[in-house]
Amino acid sequence: MMSFKSFQLELDTRHDKYERLVKLSRDITIESKRTIFLLHRFTSAPNGEEILNESEVKLDAVRRKIKQVAQELIGEDMYQFHRAISPGLQEYVEAVSFQYFIKTRSLISVEEINKQLIFTTEDREETSNTTSNSHDKQPHTWSLKVTPVDYLLGVADLTGELMRLCIGSVGNGDIDTPFELSQFLRQIYDGFTFIGNTGPYEVSKKLYTLKQSLAKVENACYTLKVRGSEIPKHMLADVFSTKTELIDQEEGLS
Amino acid sequence: MSVSDMFIALQGALTADQDIREEIRKVVQALEQTAREILTLLQGVHQGAGFQDIPKKCQKAREHFGTVRTQLESLKTKFPTDQYYRFHEHWRFVLQRLVFLAAFVVYLESETLVTREAVAEILGIEADRERGFHLDIEDYLSGVLTLASELARLAVNSVTAGDYSRPLRISTFINELDSGFRLLNLKNDSLRKRYDGLKYDVKKIEEVVYDLSIRGLNKEATVAEFEQIDTYLIGLKMKDSSF
Repeated sequence: MMSFKSFQLELDTRHDKYERLVKLSRDITIESKRTIFLLHRFTSAPNGEEILNESEVKLDAVRRKIKQVAQELIGEDMYQFHRAISPGLQEYVEAVSFQYFIKTRSLISVEEINKQLIFTTEDREETSNTTSNSHDKQPHTWSLKVTPVDYLLGVADLTGELMRLCIGSVGNGDIDTPFELSQFLRQIYDGFTFIGNTGPYEVSKKLYTLKQSLAKVENACYTLKVRGSEIPKHMLADVFSTKTELIDQEEGLS
Repeated sequence: MSVSDMFIALQGALTADQDIREEIRKVVQALEQTAREILTLLQGVHQGAGFQDIPKKCQKAREHFGTVRTQLESLKTKFPTDQYYRFHEHWRFVLQRLVFLAAFVVYLESETLVTREAVAEILGIEADRERGFHLDIEDYLSGVLTLASELARLAVNSVTAGDYSRPLRISTFINELDSGFRLLNLKNDSLRKRYDGLKYDVKKIEEVVYDLSIRGLNKEATVAEFEQIDTYLIGLKMKDSSF
């Protein structure tokens, strides 16, 4: 049964690689989550630029991790290990698109994301693992592609963050952001309904949460509009300090 | 690029993906049909009369594998070569079944375990991932495990049909297989679950061999073909109480 010896080797190599990727994916998830938390502090903070720069640094760190993933996958079929890295990639999409939104108030495209995930060969030697450089013809640059589905799921998660951002900015007395956000969320929601059932199961599952987020934001805007017109401008600040609670109560009902 | 444009582009990608899956499903259905036909053909060996014309049945089965080859050939054209694992789930099951059938044919012909390369050749695909549509190692191993349970059944039925030597040969074969699988470090997945079933097949066959041994039913066969097992398994006493 000599052949089984080689099977053992092959399976072990594969499992090891899978485990390494899972670990990387977890790291990516954690780092991306932290970036998102950081970005939530952005609203109304006087040191906005600073936070954006810091988030950029953090995302660079995440990208370095993704680079390692890409290195693991050199010469491999990406979809074979897709399940190991998918959660991390989704979280990354969420973080990157969140940052992009804060900067430009628009949605980052898949192409844009993938453009940032093309790596060159510079410091390959030091980080590459024993298994991944066994292939003789290595490409000079390599990239990791975020699949449309990963992208969609990431964007769906983004809407949740935007909802939080909206409620948060109301709390800070910012009345423009909620309207912008509701506009933006509505566009995304329309996009998702356009895709509807053609997408995979996970996407349709997210659609429900997305609808809830949108409703919350729309309700917040509604309250702002109604109450905002009643209250004289100079008292706005006082009202908004209590507004958050009000909105929270309404959310409980809806 | 506006949000709606982006979603239109994404929707296009998803639809294209679904079209590919639809195409694959069609071919896989045809493959499953052929696999069933081969299985029906080979099931004949379990019946008493079937033991006589095993070579003929294998011959016929091999002809059917020609159809399998053309069907797999058309499956290859349905999707980009480098996205094998993206659609793997669609043909995983049928491929495992085909591995089993190929392994069964090879076993019936030569009583050896088919190699991964040989299966790939029978199915007209590659053994190596680098060279296109290939046979995944886990699928190969799954197919081999299916062979094990089929052989356990065959051992029982060959006794019923009066072929007392076959169970012994199956026993050696499956024991070897078992020790082979013991070398593998399996993860807690479907392959591992199926491997857990192997010990019952081994046990079943050992029971059959035991039944034959205490009755001395394996004597003639062993004298004729399996002298080393003969001396190993049966003492002089059993030879005296000949059947």
